[in-house]
Amino acid sequence: MSLTCKEVARLVSEGLDRELPVEKQALLRAHYAICRGCSNLRDRMAFLRRAMRNLKDAGGADGD
Amino acid sequence: MRDSNDFRREVERQRPYLIRYATLQLRNPDAVEDVVQETLLAALAGASGFAQRSNLRTWLTGILKHKIVDTIRRAAREPAFSPGDDEGGDEFDALFRENGHWVEHPGAWQDPDAALEQKRFFEVLERCLEKLPARTARVFTMREHLGSDTAEICKELGITQNHCFVMLYRARMALQQCLGANWFDR
Repeated sequence: MSLTCKEVARLVSEGLDRELPVEKQALLRAHYAICRGCSNLRDRMAFLRRAMRNLKDAGGADGD
Repeated sequence: MRDSNDFRREVERQRPYLIRYATLQLRNPDAVEDVVQETLLAALAGASGFAQRSNLRTWLTGILKHKIVDTIRRAAREPAFSPGDDEGGDEFDALFRENGHWVEHPGAWQDPDAALEQKRFFEVLERCLEKLPARTARVFTMREHLGSDTAEICKELGITQNHCFVMLYRARMALQQCLGANWFDR
């Protein structure tokens, strides 16, 4: 069974919150290989995580 | 031996930063004021727990995080959240066709990490966070900013794990759209 983009979008997010079952991971990889939109979404969500981890530095550090 | 008045002043000097930090997680200005006040009082009462002046902000932020989590936990038990925050149909369903494919593919962002060097980018990110429904924003910032794991968040907020995943999905979808519209795709 292949995944729709709608299902992939939810799994991309869920994969950031818990380890997905191996078979789901395989389905995701197969989908990314043929779908630019979903790989872009995956990259965007991964970037969002990096941005949130860096957010605390945005408050104008005053030299500590 | 540090003069206690000096210490008090140093701690007090961090108030604007702490307010700004707390405002990101708790929008209610009264709640922010309370949590920062509690933090400053706890810091002054526990001054002996603080060894290095160079890490004062880090130390205070650590106390503040605990106070914020306590506040979120309390708020989650009160029926104060507006309905519709996390109920009902999914607004993101509209991004997909009947057959589950994208109506419009998300595009690639060019060199997104370069944005992490820009203060303006974080201002945009903060504005995008402010647009999220309050409860969604809380779950998301607990997860991604305070670094709690999902099981912990679900337990603290008394919601199912699946509900947690759905809220985090909505937060991420909304934020990537907002960052696209206000930064990357401008």
